[in-house]
Amino acid sequence: MTVLGASAPIRNRRAPARLPAGPVVAGLAVLLVLVAGASLSLGASGILPWEMFLRPLNPAETAILFSIRLPRLILGALVGAGLAVSGVLMQGLFRNPLADPGLVGVSAGGGLGAVGAIVLGGALPAGIHAVTGMYLAPVFAFAGAGITTLILYRLARLRGHTSVTTMLLAGIVLGALANAFTGILIYLADDRQLRDLTFWGLGSLAGANWVKLAAAAPVLLAGLAVAPLLARGLNAMAMGEPAARHMGVPVERVKRGAIFAVAAMTGAAVAVSGGIGFVGIVAPHVLRLAIGPDHRRLIPASALFGAALLIVADTVARLIVAPAELPIGILMALIGAPVFLWLLLSRRPGTVM
Amino acid sequence: MNRLLLSALLMLMPLAAHAQDRVLPLGGTVTEIIYQLGEQQRLIGRDTTSTWPAEATALPDVGYVRALSPEGVLSVSPDLILMEEGAGPAETIEALRGAGVRMVTVPDDYTPEGVAQKVRVVADALGVPDKGADLAARIEADIAAARARVAEDHGPKPRVLFVLANSGGRLTGGGAQTAASSIIELAGGENAVTGFTGYKTLSDEAIATAAPDVILMMDRGDGSDDTAGLLAHPALAHTPAGEKGAVVRLPGLLLLGFGPRTGAAIDMLHSALAAHRAP
Repeated sequence: MTVLGASAPIRNRRAPARLPAGPVVAGLAVLLVLVAGASLSLGASGILPWEMFLRPLNPAETAILFSIRLPRLILGALVGAGLAVSGVLMQGLFRNPLADPGLVGVSAGGGLGAVGAIVLGGALPAGIHAVTGMYLAPVFAFAGAGITTLILYRLARLRGHTSVTTMLLAGIVLGALANAFTGILIYLADDRQLRDLTFWGLGSLAGANWVKLAAAAPVLLAGLAVAPLLARGLNAMAMGEPAARHMGVPVERVKRGAIFAVAAMTGAAVAVSGGIGFVGIVAPHVLRLAIGPDHRRLIPASALFGAALLIVADTVARLIVAPAELPIGILMALIGAPVFLWLLLSRRPGTVM
Repeated sequence: MNRLLLSALLMLMPLAAHAQDRVLPLGGTVTEIIYQLGEQQRLIGRDTTSTWPAEATALPDVGYVRALSPEGVLSVSPDLILMEEGAGPAETIEALRGAGVRMVTVPDDYTPEGVAQKVRVVADALGVPDKGADLAARIEADIAAARARVAEDHGPKPRVLFVLANSGGRLTGGGAQTAASSIIELAGGENAVTGFTGYKTLSDEAIATAAPDVILMMDRGDGSDDTAGLLAHPALAHTPAGEKGAVVRLPGLLLLGFGPRTGAAIDMLHSALAAHRAP
């Protein structure tokens, strides 16, 4: 991640957008509806949603449609949108197109929470289990992401104002620290826990249900609702903080809003789906190429595209080796890593963002 | 008493006993037991760890037993799921219960009695408790006979180090309270590492202190053999096992499954250990 130069000046050229933003956003909305329909209809079991109008379904079929596919679809859409918008906010905040939520240690903190729950769960007081039930790992993951964000924010504000550079460096350090603690827990883990950890790290939406959705949706939706409010500020900050300040942008508030929105969305996403990477890089990037860097359009477009991307990846994940299932993180990495590489290689001076 | 009652009930309801004809086993040993019970015609799928007998691999694979997806499992339309302890994740198990599938957990225990208990649980769930009692008795007799042969061997107990994995020179060893430790002791060996429970990475010093006479590994059945690499390990090379090149490989499910073939596993391991004993 040393390719990042957070303080490198980036010109906010009013680059001509290659495609008109309005139709692109509308097109993405249609795409999202189409892939959502496909995701509801496709699965290992071949049951189709409209069959419920044609004949009575047996309990297993009802469960597949309403307790398995539907919550999974909605959760996938929200997680995909949340991760993509988190990517946009991070890239805007750090003025670097390669920034992603993993960079500031929030994902690592969430990971530490989940691993802690898996490995040490048995040693926790019964009271905690009584409250969380089988959702101990998601609850701990969200707590881990939240605590990491608070520490990060405190560190970045040590000199009175929120320093983006300090935040970046502190984020990397916190991430490394969280990974070190995770390493200790992995060492302590037994054979079965190790396998759970491996699969958790690969990411999956297979555990989606209404309970998880009800817990994660408010957080993800809050983050998605806050993001557009930051768009103007991020546009101005692309010219540098002093310039933005001169334009009357409340820079501190934009930074605070962005970092907490990212933390909330990333924390919730990590909690319910484990480690899914690259959505936050791929979706904003493709769109920046298509409709330009204006955050007012980039944020809604990324939300739609991220949601569609994750739904497609999840649908493929459950079809490709059916009736077994591939962890979705593997698929996202298969798509994301080459795109990331292409972005790195095609990054010419002056063409950033 | 319970079993008597259950068998009586099942005799009264012959239809109910065979109502569940779409059985999904989750766990290699569970599958093995179903084949040994002669009930394999009722199987409609399997998990990734169910690799024996070989014909079981022709069944649709619903995924790794600890990372199952609910729709994948439901897609083979099971009406009875027999799962080993630890099948998961919990959300999937919950979703399957919600779908109204009957689920029975088969307890895991690395003892001869534990094997018999597994067989009885599986047989009862399948509605064939008599077959289960027969098979359990046969397995217990097998194991008892194997242990009797082990007991006749009055030679020194070899110190055995079970190596689960060798990743670039870092060995994962089987400590106390593992299936590996149990089978080593049943076969007349002594587990060389007992300072920890479960499977852990071994330091070079721990390997040297363990001073194993024999290294035990799983034969993954894919022709991979890294014996040379293992024996080149700097710490292992200077142990008695390393100097003699005493490495024993047995199929993982046979060795660690604690199922119908455990008697055979004890015999095989015991003779392999005897073969490596210094003349």
